[in-house]
Amino acid sequence: MRTIAYREALNEAMVEEMERDEDVFLLGEEVAEYNGAYKVSQGMLDKFGPKRVIDTPIAELGFAGLGIGAAMVGLKPIVEMMTFNFAVLALDQVINTAAKMRYMSGGQLSCPVVVRGAGGAGGALGAQHSQSLEAQYAHVPGLKVMMPSTPYDAKGMLKTAIRDPDPVIFIEGEILYGLQGEVPEEEYTIPMGKGDIKREGADCTLIAWSRMVHVCKQAADKLADEGIDVEVVDLRSLRPFDKDLLRESIKKTNRAVIVEEGWPWVSVGGAVADWIARDLFDWLDAPVGRVHQRDVPMPYAFNLEDASLPGTEQVIEAVKKAAYVA
Amino acid sequence: MAKTAPDEDKQPETAAEEEAEKQAHESEELEIPALDAELGEKLREELGDERLIEMYETMVLIRRFEEQAGRAYQMGKIKGFCHLYIGQEAVAMGSIGALEERDYVVAAYREHGQALARGLDPDAVMAELFGKVDGVSKGKGGSMHLFDTDKNFYGGWGIVGGQIPTATGVAFAAKYRDEEAVCLCYMGDGTVPQGAFHESLNMASTWDLPVVYIIENNRYGMGTAVERISAETDMFKKADGYAMEGVLVEDGQDVFKVYDAIKTAAERGRKENRPTLVEIRTYRYRGHSMSDPATYRTKEEVEREQRKDPIQRFTRWLVENELKTEDELKEIDARCKQRAKDAVKFADKADFPPASALTEDVYVDWPWEIE
Repeated sequence: MRTIAYREALNEAMVEEMERDEDVFLLGEEVAEYNGAYKVSQGMLDKFGPKRVIDTPIAELGFAGLGIGAAMVGLKPIVEMMTFNFAVLALDQVINTAAKMRYMSGGQLSCPVVVRGAGGAGGALGAQHSQSLEAQYAHVPGLKVMMPSTPYDAKGMLKTAIRDPDPVIFIEGEILYGLQGEVPEEEYTIPMGKGDIKREGADCTLIAWSRMVHVCKQAADKLADEGIDVEVVDLRSLRPFDKDLLRESIKKTNRAVIVEEGWPWVSVGGAVADWIARDLFDWLDAPVGRVHQRDVPMPYAFNLEDASLPGTEQVIEAVKKAAYVA
Repeated sequence: MAKTAPDEDKQPETAAEEEAEKQAHESEELEIPALDAELGEKLREELGDERLIEMYETMVLIRRFEEQAGRAYQMGKIKGFCHLYIGQEAVAMGSIGALEERDYVVAAYREHGQALARGLDPDAVMAELFGKVDGVSKGKGGSMHLFDTDKNFYGGWGIVGGQIPTATGVAFAAKYRDEEAVCLCYMGDGTVPQGAFHESLNMASTWDLPVVYIIENNRYGMGTAVERISAETDMFKKADGYAMEGVLVEDGQDVFKVYDAIKTAAERGRKENRPTLVEIRTYRYRGHSMSDPATYRTKEEVEREQRKDPIQRFTRWLVENELKTEDELKEIDARCKQRAKDAVKFADKADFPPASALTEDVYVDWPWEIE
């Protein structure tokens, strides 16, 4: 199978969906003439012209709202946020309008908009550019939240997001854009709410999404050397999340550790841990472990950034603790 | 722009003088100003008598509907926020009257009047205020969230300014699909200092979008007078900053003037895909919402403004131009009163949504298989 980069996979998903459906269009800062700040929209202006690939002013509230309004009357906009750090400016439109338009109109309206862009920490970008804010969105009924970890997932999930009739928040891993992976030529999609087992194992379930899936896989490889067989579950979709897959995995391993790039308090990891503790209490042989970013804004200093982000060492430690071998 | 202080030389010096001036002032203002006669003649030709009378009836209906809504609120049948439209009827009817069916309307939280002007069923609007399942939004929207997609009526927004980018997106979609339709976006004067206003108008003009932004300037954003929150109080002038046509309707209590301005702006949208910013000066008779006694304005101010009442002036025009007699107009009024009361009865009798509705319509009911 051919190998392409995560960003190319995303590009293909958008191109194919725009070819398939004239109601799909892309707007955002630098998406057209500049070919995308992270080159995700490379070549799309040439292919589709300025009517469907649109450079916006640096005005997230305004252009997100414009996309949402267009979606309310039936178009299928893809709104690119250069990074999800900037998407905070558009939260009013996303939370107060897109998420609840269907509910408060008594089912008359829906907002089939995709808000997508980079999230998580880059490399020493400092506090305002290195945040994992998925919990903000996963908290809100009416929104769906997807975060792919591989090129294969990125393409199949983005196609699903674009076709979904509800507003979808699609957060890409800033550090993953260059990641290479196998992506088939032929058409495929990945259903909303479907997680994936990225590595099979019997002794402990590691639960992660986006970049942390890779950290978990590395940790699992090292743990294998020590005779601990770890399963890595990629949630892929945070809302809805794949309860069935988690149940199956934890019933098999009886131990769970959640690894997230975001902050610990009131987080996705906290919510998943809560659900596991209630739903699978009888199946657990140890408390649900959690690994996360340190509870501070991201420092710029290279050494401190590393110290703030969760890495393989912390994951290994947490698994050992769950397995009572630490 | 610097504000000039009132000219102190012109202040009356004695109590007697003050009284005399007050009387002179009052007798001068007791006269109800007439509607624009020339425009009236023009619109009579353009629209016909019947349509004008229909517009009149809708304005009266809005007034009577809102009075009933106010009463129902006091009786506890309507809860939450309830922002009445009384006093601004000429704005809703004059503007929506200039629209075609395919055009869109996006409104803010004071939108009962606009909903009725757009032809939403008064029963269903009242039922929505009562939180009943027969309401336009099945009881899940309430006063601030009236929606009727059949009438291209979108809004109700509870967030000040939230509707402006979204309305711009509706206009974007209309252009994208070559619909030759325009989107009317209502907002209050309190919205103008917001970033959402600036971002939206800038995009609409840069991208040639068919939208008409209407600032209903009723002089108060909640309880704060416009000159206290906006550096430029001639809000239509903001259009200059976006290379957009800016229009002032100074007498927004004259339905003809509103109609005329919006008709032109809507055509500019449909034919040229150009946006327009229209400031319409009007006045709300009641407080910001039912919970606001509006003590920030004087009784004199309210009385002075009420002399320009949009319905009374329209009444006089219809009589003087012999479209209707006073008795016939009283019949219309009686009919509207009854219609509003019937809406209350309908809403009273309607059921609250079933418990199952609580979790319905969060997401689209849609199979997970991708087509």
